Amino acid sequence: MDRSEAFGIYIHIPFCVRKCQYCDFLSAPASEPVQEAYLDALKEEIAGQAPQHVHRKVSSIYIGGGTPSAVPPQALCSVLQTLYTHYNVRSDAEISMEMNPGTVTREGLKQYRQAGINRVSIGLQSAHDRELRLLGRIHSLEDFLRTYEAVRDAGFRNVNVDVMAALPGQSVEDYEDTLRTLLALSPIPEHISAYSLIIEEGTPFFERYGKEKETLEKTGEAQPDLPSEEAERQMDKRTRQMLYKAGYHRYEISNYSLAGYECRHNKGCWRREDYAGFGLGAASLLDNVRSRNCTDLQSYLHKKDKVMERAVLSAEEQMEEFMFLGLRLTKGVDREKFRRCFGVPMEEVYGDVLRENEEKGLLHVGRRVALSSRGRDVANYIMAGFLL
Amino acid sequence: MADIDQSKIRNFCIVAHIDHGKSTLADRIIEKTGLLTSREMQDQVLDNMELERERGITIKAQAVRTVYKARDGEEYIFNLIDTPGHVDFNYEVSRSLAACDGAILVVDAAQGIEAQTLANVYLALDHNLDVFPVINKIDLPSAQPDKVKEEIEDVIGIEAQDAPLISAKNGIGIEEVLEAIVQKIPAPAGDADAPLKALIFDSVYDPYKGVIVFVRLKEGRVKKGTVIKMMATGASEEVVEVGYFGAGQFIPCEELSAGMVGYITASIKNVKDTAVGDTVTDKNRPCAEPLPGYKKVNSMVYCGMYPADGAKYPDLRDALEKLQLNDASLNYEPETSVALGFGFRCGFLGLLHLEIVQERLEREYNLDLVTTAPGVVYKVHKTNGEVIELTNPSNLPDASEIDYMEEPIVSAEIMVTTEFIGPIMELCQERRGRYLGMEYMEETRALLRYELPLNEIIYDFFDALKSRSRGYASFDYDLKGYEESKLVKLDILINREEVDALSFIVHGDSAYERGRKMCEKLKDEIPRHLFEIPIQAAVGGKIIARETVKAMRKDVLAKCYGGDITRKKKLLEKQKEGKKRMRQIGNVEIPQKAFMSVLKLDDKK
Repeated sequence: MDRSEAFGIYIHIPFCVRKCQYCDFLSAPASEPVQEAYLDALKEEIAGQAPQHVHRKVSSIYIGGGTPSAVPPQALCSVLQTLYTHYNVRSDAEISMEMNPGTVTREGLKQYRQAGINRVSIGLQSAHDRELRLLGRIHSLEDFLRTYEAVRDAGFRNVNVDVMAALPGQSVEDYEDTLRTLLALSPIPEHISAYSLIIEEGTPFFERYGKEKETLEKTGEAQPDLPSEEAERQMDKRTRQMLYKAGYHRYEISNYSLAGYECRHNKGCWRREDYAGFGLGAASLLDNVRSRNCTDLQSYLHKKDKVMERAVLSAEEQMEEFMFLGLRLTKGVDREKFRRCFGVPMEEVYGDVLRENEEKGLLHVGRRVALSSRGRDVANYIMAGFLL
Repeated sequence: MADIDQSKIRNFCIVAHIDHGKSTLADRIIEKTGLLTSREMQDQVLDNMELERERGITIKAQAVRTVYKARDGEEYIFNLIDTPGHVDFNYEVSRSLAACDGAILVVDAAQGIEAQTLANVYLALDHNLDVFPVINKIDLPSAQPDKVKEEIEDVIGIEAQDAPLISAKNGIGIEEVLEAIVQKIPAPAGDADAPLKALIFDSVYDPYKGVIVFVRLKEGRVKKGTVIKMMATGASEEVVEVGYFGAGQFIPCEELSAGMVGYITASIKNVKDTAVGDTVTDKNRPCAEPLPGYKKVNSMVYCGMYPADGAKYPDLRDALEKLQLNDASLNYEPETSVALGFGFRCGFLGLLHLEIVQERLEREYNLDLVTTAPGVVYKVHKTNGEVIELTNPSNLPDASEIDYMEEPIVSAEIMVTTEFIGPIMELCQERRGRYLGMEYMEETRALLRYELPLNEIIYDFFDALKSRSRGYASFDYDLKGYEESKLVKLDILINREEVDALSFIVHGDSAYERGRKMCEKLKDEIPRHLFEIPIQAAVGGKIIARETVKAMRKDVLAKCYGGDITRKKKLLEKQKEGKKRMRQIGNVEIPQKAFMSVLKLDDKK
């Protein structure tokens, strides 16, 4: 791989004000001294890894969490300063951070701007306070609206809002309300991430809805709390229709944007572009080696080598990833690029799978290979077929 | 080595109802006679198989030789042959009995005589064995040894007043049992100088020694170099080694002579050459007549067994061949199924036997199996006068060619405490039972006699019996014969395609109910596909029940894992792995365990 190629950087902030009921990310509330110790270790890691990246330019930085806005703005900005000191960040780099309503001040937003952040992602999830309470969110719709206004006032011109479908007790209309709320904003967000709630093991939601989830997966039918598969697909369809009318296009299974506002960092991930992850549990892909940092805070703070898992991807694994990651993008994967990367035509490796899924109407196979709209509904089924 | 004095040999076995402590007593006997020190003792020494230890039951007959120094100062050789207690394994019991001269009857001091106590004692008496009782578990608070003694005398009619009162678990009264063995079990008779005449009562396959044949010498002697001949199969070989049974090991010796129990190896490669029950003789000096052997029981339950991976068919064939050597009551023949490919139709003594064979094939031979619903042997009388013994429902002739059909009926004896007579009679009624009578054993216990169709009891009758009597009922049965019955073949169609491996024979009156339950069950077992799948039950081409597996509308992860691709890949791999355990029928993937679904139809919830 060309060492001078650009790459992305992911920075993980594993802190939040309060853990949400559905959240299975590495995140928890922590005291200020713990946060400080963490940020020091993080900066050390960032600086320590710099020598191996001297030849590359950073094209995107993504600060995710947890809730990055839950740590003091100044402290967060100093992490960025460390990056700028040790890395060659492109002047047009996309620099995003996640934030939650109710955790930012106008003063803080100004600092983020000054530190170079040019894209913010706000976790709204729902425009219904009932749903927000159920999810265990710390904010109300009102808090979101204030935050959004402050973000715009601070001069951010590239804003994403996260929303969630398939919530317990949510009807298709309830969900549409959330979308309508977004489309009534002025200006409308440049980017919208529309996810479905996934009930993950180890969360309070799993305790509560795990049984229902199991039955839902077996039968597809509506449960006392969880909407049916049919309703969930309806929500997906409404997202597509409403956002399309408002000028958005869907460029990935869960992501919509206005022209020119696709998230560079996100796309890089599906296209298997290199990225380096820093922080607790952060994952990296560098020169076809996937690695992941340790997930235990004490180890992260005190160990010199923070990497917990490291796997060199075989050619087969690279092909698999090329397919199942690339197919998440609306444009799908480029056959010519496959041949360039691996030296064999895609047809030779995946001929049967391609044909079979094309016959079932699940894949469009041309110069590019992409999921059909029916295929998008059952993407996992198709993607599993590309495992060798 | 000097000739062993026949009068100092005791060949015996222990018979009992399941859980009355047979294997524990065997352990104590081995321990007390000093073959093993207490430190070397593992629980249930004779239960060799992993499976036996896990389930706490004896499946295979096992033999062990120990030496006991009796109170008269003499040393006696004990050959103890352990036997299974479950009704499914009567055949194994019968094999062990044929090698013995006497039997110890173990009866639980709290539970008294149970259905299998009777069945096993009668088997022993049939073999002309001297039987003496011991009362076990006398240290239980609920033990009533005197009452049990009376019961033994009243019901079985053998002397029980001086039966040793023991606790095998806690080592109480074991000395007394050992003395009783010396005094009450007869020494073997038989002329050591007559031509060789030995009964094969078991055999195992050893990768180094070939087939190891377990024998009881009735007459004559055998040693290394003797050229032996199997009288039924005609195979002959030179003996490589003879010996007797240590605990879990073979101990070579110079010679085996009349009255002794031991093993022979003769570089026998072909397992089929050593039929259990056959007589071994000296090729150069044969005996005049073979031993009567013993009655070979017929398989009562049949099912299809298929390798999950079609390429493993030869492995399954080899495994069955080896297993049969060790388990003469198993039989099998090749068959083909449209749905499952090449496999075998296998016959068993009962459902427990089936399960055990299945588990042994999977564990000891590392095979992944698909098993079809078990059924019994039906007799199909065709209009042209021909009679077919039907073991595979798929082979049922067209209805127009069938005059009538017969099904096997058993006479069953159920022993139960009086408070549960009602529920048990109700159960037998539901299973098309015919009430024959009831006898009171004592005030609180009764023996119910019923005739029941075998196909009503092979699945879960035993479990139902236990659950409706809170574990107090015991059960034994014998094949009585065949009776005409209104039977139909129930077919299952998945996505409008008939799946031969799911067909089964059922009584006409319960066809609808069974068909409905089967469809429900399959709906539960078959995962959703991208399309809708109808599941139908049909009798003679007429659909009698239907369920639908709805199409999968959604299977997508609308979630970003923060760049943690490994996690996403694991999810996809799990999905792919799941597909591997499926059978493709038409364009539907059916999980292998679905083929056993019919077994679970009677679950009372």
